[in-house]
Amino acid sequence: MALTVLRKYWPFYVMLLPGVLFYLIFRYFPMYGMVIAFKDFSMMDGILHSPWANPWYKHFETFYQSPYFGELLRNTLLISLYKLVWGTIPPILLALLLNECRIRWLRTVVQTLTYMPHFLSWVIIFGILIALFSQNGGIVNRWIVEAGGSSFPFLTSTQTFRSVLVGSEVWQNLGWGAIIYLAAMAGIDPTLYEAARVDGAGRFRMIWHITIPGIRSVIVLLFILKLGHLLDAGFDQIYILYNIQVYPVADILDTWVYRTGLQQLNFSLASAVGLFKSLIGMALVLFANNVAKRWGEGIW
Amino acid sequence: MVKGLEDRLFNVFVYAVLVFCALLAIFPILYVVSVSITPFGEVLRNGGFILIPRDVTFSAYKTLLTQSNLPQAFKITVLITVVGTAVNLILTGLMAYPLSRKNLPGRRIFLLMIVFTLIFSGGLIPTYLIVKSVGLIDSIWAMILPNAIWSFNVLIMKSFFEGLPEELFESARIDGAKEFRILFQIVTPLSIPVIMTIGLFYLVGHWNEFFQAIFYVTDRTLFPLQVIVREILMQSQQTLENADNITPTQTLQMAAVMIASLPVLVVYPFIQKYFTKGMLLGSIKG
Repeated sequence: MALTVLRKYWPFYVMLLPGVLFYLIFRYFPMYGMVIAFKDFSMMDGILHSPWANPWYKHFETFYQSPYFGELLRNTLLISLYKLVWGTIPPILLALLLNECRIRWLRTVVQTLTYMPHFLSWVIIFGILIALFSQNGGIVNRWIVEAGGSSFPFLTSTQTFRSVLVGSEVWQNLGWGAIIYLAAMAGIDPTLYEAARVDGAGRFRMIWHITIPGIRSVIVLLFILKLGHLLDAGFDQIYILYNIQVYPVADILDTWVYRTGLQQLNFSLASAVGLFKSLIGMALVLFANNVAKRWGEGIW
Repeated sequence: MVKGLEDRLFNVFVYAVLVFCALLAIFPILYVVSVSITPFGEVLRNGGFILIPRDVTFSAYKTLLTQSNLPQAFKITVLITVVGTAVNLILTGLMAYPLSRKNLPGRRIFLLMIVFTLIFSGGLIPTYLIVKSVGLIDSIWAMILPNAIWSFNVLIMKSFFEGLPEELFESARIDGAKEFRILFQIVTPLSIPVIMTIGLFYLVGHWNEFFQAIFYVTDRTLFPLQVIVREILMQSQQTLENADNITPTQTLQMAAVMIASLPVLVVYPFIQKYFTKGMLLGSIKG
């Protein structure tokens, strides 16, 4: 039996081989490697031979009792929530306006230009932010000074840093985020609009009573799925933009894991925090997907 | 009549906001371009608000291209982009094609293996230890292999393959073609749209490569563009207090930003439609 299967399908298994090796080495071995969260890891002994931590939850306890715990969790959740709200509403509004735009070339131009920032790396956006907001060379501060105010360190102040994070993310993804809502709007039955027009509805009423209800399920679905990633506040962006002055408001679980693990070589403590994050993240994703399923469709 | 006026006002509002959004997206980029090619004295005289510079100088670019390690980093980035994208596409395709054959025994297990990595991961530290123990630290491959396959792209490609007509495979088999030949000579040419979209996603990913390098590479000659550009940006952040020093630096910084983003900005308008298609493909099928 097994032999006939093999004879018939072996080319497919050969094709799968490189990919399976990739998943085993770079995705599944690291999951096994998480045991170092329960060990006193030393580079010399390696993952297998390092001694077990005593008690086994030592590193988790250290983290839980450390002053970072509250701060990291608060920063992670707050930044994530701000991004959730600001990453949802503006793209919907842009999609609504694009959908109402009757001049085709204007629509194309606006789409092309607003999608573009999505392809710029965070390093590039960091450069743009320096050009706009840095205290000495930034154009915004020069305007403020010219208007008689005094310059403000937007990029290094704990008061403004989260706004910089959220604002730059909105700038990067405004147009890109609108694509999916536009697609949903394209799927709305046009006869609904005709019927409404016959009944004397204005443009605004049609948006309110037809377009928005028409994309409601997509909005809810995306929102729920994003909720599943509440602990991913955006490592890439924060790591590239932050600086030591704003750690109190910007340091999140992921950036802390990076600094503690790879920079201070405290591998076990860092993996304990990483495991904590992965487990809660998994629970959130599964929960979000279950709720999303109830709304029609999950991701799998 | 009132209706017509209301409609026109509404249109004006829509167009105004859309134009504003477009300007908001493009203005910062244009400003960076302008700072990078304007002599700094000029920037100061005009209060820094120049979109079309009167005096153009490419001295900042010249300095960067001759007196920094930017050219070396550029070479590395081109290398990992070309090699990396090729590796990505081959591995993703080889993974996706068998999984699109519905009668393949064990298909569900392989799919589960992929989907599970979407919801749970080993995290940074254990991954680092694995990359280290397979000896990739400080090599080009450290920036290619650990992310050789994006699970989501496998799923997109798989559903594209599933859409190909079954008769195609049957007739090819009757004509005596073996599976590898079917994949490379029949399936691949028919899959150009999905290969283009996914290839472009991988391509941009590699061009913007930053973190694999930060994690796994310490050899400065292997640093890609984004890492070097961030260093250039950080350097003068530190000298911020020293205002005299800032003058030439900002021009240099913005020139570095332009060198790292120019390829994306130039190519982008031509390939934009593929991305949009790919995004929809992903969101509908994913």
